[in-house]
Amino acid sequence: MDLTATTTVRKPASEVYAFWRDLENLPTFMAHLEEVRAAGDRTSHWSAAAPFGKDVEWDAEITEETPGERIAWRSTGDADVPNAGTVSFVPAPDGASTEVYVSLVYEIPGGSLGKAVAKYFGEEPHQQLDDDLRRFKQVLETGEVVRSDGAPWGKRARKEFPQRPAQPLSDAELAKGAQA
Amino acid sequence: MRANTWSGRNKVEVRDVPDPKILNHRDAIVRITSTAICGSDLHLVDGYVPTMQDGDVLGHEFMGEVIEVGSGVPGDKLRVGDRVVVPFPIACGACAACAAELYSCCENTNPNAGIAEKMFGHPVAGIFGYSHLTGGFAGGQAQYARVPFADVGPLKIESELTDEQVLFLSDILPTGYMGAEMCDIQPSDVVAVWGAGPVGQFAMDSARVLGAAKVIAIDKEPYRLQMAEQAGHIPVNFDDVDVRSRLLELTGGRGPDKCIDAVGLEATHGSAHIAAYDRVKQAVRSETERPHALRQAILSCRSGGVVSVIGVYGGLLDKFPAGAWMNRSLTLRTGQCHVQRYMKPLLQRIERGELDPTRIITHTLPLDEAERGFDMFKNKQDNCEKVVLKP
Repeated sequence: MDLTATTTVRKPASEVYAFWRDLENLPTFMAHLEEVRAAGDRTSHWSAAAPFGKDVEWDAEITEETPGERIAWRSTGDADVPNAGTVSFVPAPDGASTEVYVSLVYEIPGGSLGKAVAKYFGEEPHQQLDDDLRRFKQVLETGEVVRSDGAPWGKRARKEFPQRPAQPLSDAELAKGAQA
Repeated sequence: MRANTWSGRNKVEVRDVPDPKILNHRDAIVRITSTAICGSDLHLVDGYVPTMQDGDVLGHEFMGEVIEVGSGVPGDKLRVGDRVVVPFPIACGACAACAAELYSCCENTNPNAGIAEKMFGHPVAGIFGYSHLTGGFAGGQAQYARVPFADVGPLKIESELTDEQVLFLSDILPTGYMGAEMCDIQPSDVVAVWGAGPVGQFAMDSARVLGAAKVIAIDKEPYRLQMAEQAGHIPVNFDDVDVRSRLLELTGGRGPDKCIDAVGLEATHGSAHIAAYDRVKQAVRSETERPHALRQAILSCRSGGVVSVIGVYGGLLDKFPAGAWMNRSLTLRTGQCHVQRYMKPLLQRIERGELDPTRIITHTLPLDEAERGFDMFKNKQDNCEKVVLKP
């Protein structure tokens, strides 16, 4: 499955690039990731969040990096869901912003894992990546993912429809967190 | 805390809900001292705005005292104890829209941007108490509210002005003012305003402040027209006269130079069959608006004039007079108000006595009587123009 998405972030390309290049930042805005741990300079270990497929982990390596312009990576070894991605950073015409172009490729396996991944992406797979990039922009421009009473759990927002009412959370709901 | 909530079409209910807490580090919690019912709340209650849920806390016009700030709010921006008016659109201050002072189009404050994008093509900012389409933020018809990006939006009130004098800086005064500002008013201009509700009244006052030669108020409620007349505007009752003919009479046959639609999607119409057509289409959801005011404004405006739309629209409308608009070189301007842009200059106009926002307040009720306030306002009982609620 091939996905592309784009957004514009009102920060210089060097800064936007640096945030993405620190792959450990990716789970702050990408809903399907639980954790990314840098292993070496270009190698990393990724684990997926439960809705994407429980206990799915893989190693990845950066295959190309041009500071301020482009990063490409791919999973290595026998990943359960082989995947690869590239992201390009292009200065926007306003002189202040950076256009971010993301392209991801997933090889969806057969069996129950394939079903879980397909279900995760749903009928509109691009929506996931669009939402990821919206949060990426929020984190870079405002410092964090924006929460509301109706959608209090940041990157889990899509799981929340129909939403809880737009009224403040109780202490119990807050304590339970995203699983509530 | 007590809060007024949406509990289904045509139903509001004041209930006990949890107190708000800080969720993002640039939040503040405000103890609300005054809040108001807005005409656009009626669109929610009447069921014309989708994505409302049972229990949603209503209200986007509120002010009060800061009682808590998140770790990301710099002390030179906002501190506990500050008295603030809160603008209804939530804006981050950092995106391209905010940099262009298009705060109600903020690109970052709507967690449900994906839904808004499907409806509007591009997302819009989060708004307090105004459906999940605009973020699912609890509103301000309550004892307390969480205010995100508290370092960007809230306006500190450091003078002795009363709540009633500054409360409407949260929405309707800037909204009315922006409606007039978009008209690019010249000293020779006759400005006609459709709708003599609170926003219409402020659009009329703003048109006068911006130098219009003559301001005309169009409505059907005698008490609202009387209120406009007392403020120096010329009343036209569309129940009594043909609006277009009357406007021609008042302008030497030219038509108003600038027209403001302060009505929006639930207009009533003098012509029963056109009204019935739109009502039926609205009922079967093949049209979401009843745009009589907008149609009439476009047809009435003089050639080369401006039609400025501040009444709320939510979806699709029919029978848009595109021919009149195109062939007569009309300019159509609109927008949800970019409140943050206008709060300080309008506060100064209030301080200088150029604008008196208190003139529209007809009722002040305790928050617990919000339901009665909604009924009176919606049904125009007891000459109701504007209801202020006290939590």
